[in-house]
Amino acid sequence: MKVGYYPGCALHGSSNDYEQSLVACLGALDVKLKEVDGWICCGATAAHSLNSKLSMALPARNLAMAEKEGFRELFAPCPLCSMQLLKVREAVKDEAVRQELSEVVEAEIRGDAQVINLIQLFLNVGLDRLKAAVKQPLDSVTAACYYGCLLLRPPKIAKFDDCEQPTSMETLLAAVGAKTVDWSYKTECCGAGMTMASEDTVLNLAYKILDNAREHGATSLVVACPMCHINLDMKQAAVERRYGKQFNMTVYYLSDLVGLALGLSREQLGIDRHFVTEPMMGNH
Amino acid sequence: MSRIGVFVCGCGENIARTVDVEAVASRVAEIPGVACAMSYKYMCSDPGQGMIREKIKSERLDGVVIASCSPHMHLKTFRKAAQAAGLNSYLVEVANIREQCSWVHSDRTAATSKAVELIRMSVAKVRNDKALQSTRVPITSRALVIGGGVAGIQAALDIADSGHEVVLVERAPSIGGKMAGLSETFPTLDCSQCILTPRMVEVGQHPRIKLYSYSEVEAVEGFIGNFKIKIRQKARYVDMSKCTGCGDCWTSCPLKKNPSEFDYAMGNRTAIYIPFPQAIPARPVIDKEQCNRLKKGKGCGICEKKCKQGAINYNDEDKFVEESVGAIVVATGFGLYDISKVQDKAGQSGYGEYGYGKYQDVIDSLQFERLVSASGPTGGVLKRPSDGEIPKNVVFISCVGSRDNAKGVPYCSKICCMYTAKHTMLYKHKVHDGQAHVFYMDIRSGGKGYDEFVRRAIEEDGAKYYRGRVSKITLEKNGKLVVRGADTLAGMPVTIEADLVVLATAMRPASGVEQLAQKLHVGYDQYGFLLESHPKLRPVETNVAGVFIAGAAHSPKDIPESVAQASAAASKVQIILSSDYVTREPEVANIAEQICAACYACANACPYNAIERAEVRTPRGVFVKNTARVNPVLCMGCGTCVSICPSKSADLQGTSDQQIYAMLESLL
Repeated sequence: MKVGYYPGCALHGSSNDYEQSLVACLGALDVKLKEVDGWICCGATAAHSLNSKLSMALPARNLAMAEKEGFRELFAPCPLCSMQLLKVREAVKDEAVRQELSEVVEAEIRGDAQVINLIQLFLNVGLDRLKAAVKQPLDSVTAACYYGCLLLRPPKIAKFDDCEQPTSMETLLAAVGAKTVDWSYKTECCGAGMTMASEDTVLNLAYKILDNAREHGATSLVVACPMCHINLDMKQAAVERRYGKQFNMTVYYLSDLVGLALGLSREQLGIDRHFVTEPMMGNH
Repeated sequence: MSRIGVFVCGCGENIARTVDVEAVASRVAEIPGVACAMSYKYMCSDPGQGMIREKIKSERLDGVVIASCSPHMHLKTFRKAAQAAGLNSYLVEVANIREQCSWVHSDRTAATSKAVELIRMSVAKVRNDKALQSTRVPITSRALVIGGGVAGIQAALDIADSGHEVVLVERAPSIGGKMAGLSETFPTLDCSQCILTPRMVEVGQHPRIKLYSYSEVEAVEGFIGNFKIKIRQKARYVDMSKCTGCGDCWTSCPLKKNPSEFDYAMGNRTAIYIPFPQAIPARPVIDKEQCNRLKKGKGCGICEKKCKQGAINYNDEDKFVEESVGAIVVATGFGLYDISKVQDKAGQSGYGEYGYGKYQDVIDSLQFERLVSASGPTGGVLKRPSDGEIPKNVVFISCVGSRDNAKGVPYCSKICCMYTAKHTMLYKHKVHDGQAHVFYMDIRSGGKGYDEFVRRAIEEDGAKYYRGRVSKITLEKNGKLVVRGADTLAGMPVTIEADLVVLATAMRPASGVEQLAQKLHVGYDQYGFLLESHPKLRPVETNVAGVFIAGAAHSPKDIPESVAQASAAASKVQIILSSDYVTREPEVANIAEQICAACYACANACPYNAIERAEVRTPRGVFVKNTARVNPVLCMGCGTCVSICPSKSADLQGTSDQQIYAMLESLL
């Protein structure tokens, strides 16, 4: 299975551990990621706060590039990237918009490539296949699945799972033998980019998330977003200092846990490169 | 040659200011077929009508054209005048030279010419008019009321008290509807059951009310004055004629843990049960989905053993009965928008952020009514569902589903502002040290004593009102529901740790109302609310003659409004039932059966279901051909069949194609 891959800035930069995890885990499932030629920035939060057309044109160009290579599916592991791509994909259903954007980005946008996130990619691989591939069931993991804000929102664009009470990550993890907890902060905001502008905000939000997960019995968190990972993993020590409470909560990418279940090592998946590396599972 | 009289009205100055009515009269007198033409200041006045009557006789007129205001205003007046003078009233036409001429033009010469042309067309029409006779149909002097909530009860009692028999059909085991389950009612806080149950008893004992409880309307045939109703009596497994309602069966039933429909699952009931102690009829039913005996066909049988009357019948089956009635009141009431995830309508998506169905202590408003009702599962002590604790902080959220284009319905459910204010008061009266919080979008409290009531909730009973929405409710480990919302007036986020959250969910029509409306051929809107014939002037009539609506089946309504509308519907029914015949206008469609191709396009298009499939037979009964046939009693004369008929066999009496062509030709 070959899938078009849009890494976005994070996976080539601050969150290259996420890319390492993806490549290793998906490789074990025989999923080959082919990076889209000539991809550019998705616009992130900067573009749409400056210029609406720019915020459409940037992801439109990426979509066009992927379609030019003939990808039926375009995998964007960062939820902000995938949301931007989905937004354009939705907008170009209007023929006038499609033509205008195609002209702006100097490439034909058809809008027929499916944009998928990491959860959807695993679901496409299939729960049965995942179950069959498990070599090391994750009995000792009790994880809180954290979806964050953009993976499921806005629901009219994301069109995936229930944006208030999602369950898809739990279903996936159950297939690879991990326990998950039912908790209250699955879709709350982690503070995202505020980590640069207002660290206090992020520490407060991250604290609530970590605390609620712990309260509900989780020993680790699972995310599918580079930004969530930064705020919960990199900032965890700062949270602990600020609120005087030890969490020592491993924050896994979804592909980390699936990879571990498939028998990959922590080093292969890059888990040893996380800030909180205290292993919560005895045998890994 | 016909002898037509033309009467041109000046309408004071209304017409005469712009149209030279005298010139019009002298010009139209020249039109072939016109025997006399004259003008007068007020043709609708007594002398004006007298002039028409006198001329019909003296000039031996065989057709009359009145050039005046819109026929909606005075056609009936002039027809009566003609009839009094011995002329068939359908040989009278109105040329509208006011709304369609003098009022919309300023050039006097041109307007005068146009008036002449309008009259010329009407003369052409009246020359092709045929004398018509109105239809008279005998009436079955009984009424059907569908739905035994407060609206249905009111309508049934009003009709029965006026001397007519009523058939009341209620699908639940007891009448009483939603109101029987309410605690106290706004704006007076009188006990709902205390005011309703005496009315229920009246229904149960009324000599002219035939009550079918646990029954549904299966099929409807016929038309105004002559409906045939097929009613399904669902298997009750209890012989109503033997049962005394003693209670030996339901007190001994071992299956006590079935969620009670009447308590909206806040309490339990047995498998054989009466919904509530004051039920009418006070006779139990067996829930066949729950009863072990009925599920397995053997075993248990305790209720049968306990019953001294031998009233239990495990072999009971649905029965069908037929009733004839002359008029119908539909009072099927409402249900609540489903706030959990699964939705039955596209475009509605539930409110996952409030966790209804996930968190036990997030309940809807009808559930709250049961928790504070003296007859409720907690005996009137407010205990929250999860652990039976008395909640010290209760958050009420209004407009859950209402006024929400994104997830719910766009309309306002109208009663929630009032009952939420009532809930905060009832709560405060029961839990003195408790605090009620309300999140609202607007407070809509129009009505007698209503706004004062809301002010009382805020000022005397200390409910805290926040203008804003709640974004999320989360459950903390300590059992607290953390409610996060906005106070848009203060411009601040609000977080409240609540013990109980009550959602004021949108009102929707009762389930199944669309299927019922289809059986009755009554229109309904995209939400399933039944459509009235005219929003202002015919609010309880429907598009089907003889079928009326009352209560929340029509739109969200509170109790006083439902009762008022029910009485209005009842009085409309009495008008029909108090005469021996119903008179129908003869200006209806007619199908030339010899040329009808029997394609039935008309029957499919007819909004009133007035066209039936029929056969043309010789007087000796030999089959000739199939044909469509108009039932003149049902037909409303809309003309849809005329325009759709591919063989041009349908025509409208009084406005035939021939007449229209003649009118057009007169202008050429």
